[in-house]
Amino acid sequence: MSLWATLNRNVFKRTSTFAVAVAGGTFFFERTFELISVSLFENINKGKLWKDIKDKYE
Amino acid sequence: MAAAVGRICGARLLKNYGIVAPQVCQLSTSAKGWTKNRKLWLSTLGVVGGGVGALLFALEQSVQASGTEAHPYHQPWSHDGWFKSFDHASVRRGYEVYKQVCKACHSLQYIAYRNLVDVTHTEEQAKAEAAEVMVKDGPDEEGNYFERPGKLSDYFPSPYPNENAARAANNGAYPPDLSLIVSGRKGGEDYIFALLTGYVEAPAGVVLREGQNYNPYFPGGAISMAQVLFDEAAEYTDGTPATASQMAKDVATFLRWCSEPELDDRRLMTIKAIGMFSMLAAVVYYYKRHKWSSLKSRKLAYKPVSKK
Ligand code: HEC
Repeated sequence: MSLWATLNRNVFKRTSTFAVAVAGGTFFFERTFELISVSLFENINKGKLWKDIKDKYE
Repeated sequence: MAAAVGRICGARLLKNYGIVAPQVCQLSTSAKGWTKNRKLWLSTLGVVGGGVGALLFALEQSVQASGTEAHPYHQPWSHDGWFKSFDHASVRRGYEVYKQVCKACHSLQYIAYRNLVDVTHTEEQAKAEAAEVMVKDGPDEEGNYFERPGKLSDYFPSPYPNENAARAANNGAYPPDLSLIVSGRKGGEDYIFALLTGYVEAPAGVVLREGQNYNPYFPGGAISMAQVLFDEAAEYTDGTPATASQMAKDVATFLRWCSEPELDDRRLMTIKAIGMFSMLAAVVYYYKRHKWSSLKSRKLAYKPVSKK
């Protein structure tokens, strides 16, 4: 039985488990998406952001 | 407007055909399309609309070439670009220029000291900056107004108590509040930079009144603000040589931050939106293919009706 079929049978078929899967999936997706976006942003702007330069002024 | 559209297209636009009907309509000769009249109407509307748009655009472009003021050069700002944040070291230097030079005449009333925290200053430094100024507060228990050192929550104090006092001190010209000046002027920070570094001798024939100076970037040319940025006019705490153009660049960046403090967040949001929408686009593409697969791969067979 493929992974997809297992998932389908055990999780997606019942509304209660499906809802839990949606909530959990959202949480992990949001965290990784945020992490990736922010690290992209900070990489592009390395040396210009306050967090990169604040040590210079203390 | 809605009535006009309704007259041209009839109820056709608003009618719900269900999901497959528009697709089926293309494949069958029995469904009627738009009549000739309707097509004519719509194309006239399109041509006229497009023509008016093009005319407005052309007029707007040609207006830029008339007029006497010089147009500012576009400078390579480090925050120009879809993903580029502010150069915070520059914003901090710009704050120093504002504090040492511009503050004598210009207010910055929508910026508070707390706004500097984690943008250009640490919390302690911002508190120290605030403590340097005296702000009016009150009334106290006896009903008197009093002066106290500033706190993080205070807004930048204005150099003049009101507009009339500002005018009286500046030959009748009002030094505008700088909080939103970059958004409020055509050309934005390019204009500020050009204005601050663009002072020249008035050309022959231009008459300046008392207290006026000539600046080709200022509409009309005669500006009541004298040149304020000369080399070493301000002092930088980070050791950057304080040339006039360096200060103009930094103060323009700072004023852009004042006008758009959310710029960094918007740049980050651009990255997120591109990521999110490309994922959604992939889903939509797949879904479209999925829905059309049956339509595109089907075969229609027409069976002649038997005469019998
Ligand atoms: C001596 C007082 C004084 C100082 C110092 C001063 N300004 Fe001005 N500024 C004025 C006056 C007065 C006006 C109004 C000019 C007018 O309307 O003709 C003005 C106008 C302006 C304008 C508006 C121009 C426009 O398009 O309407 C800007 C932008 C500006 N100043 C920026 C600055 C900056 C940035 C600094 C600091 C580097 C500064 N000023 C320092 C007096 C001053």
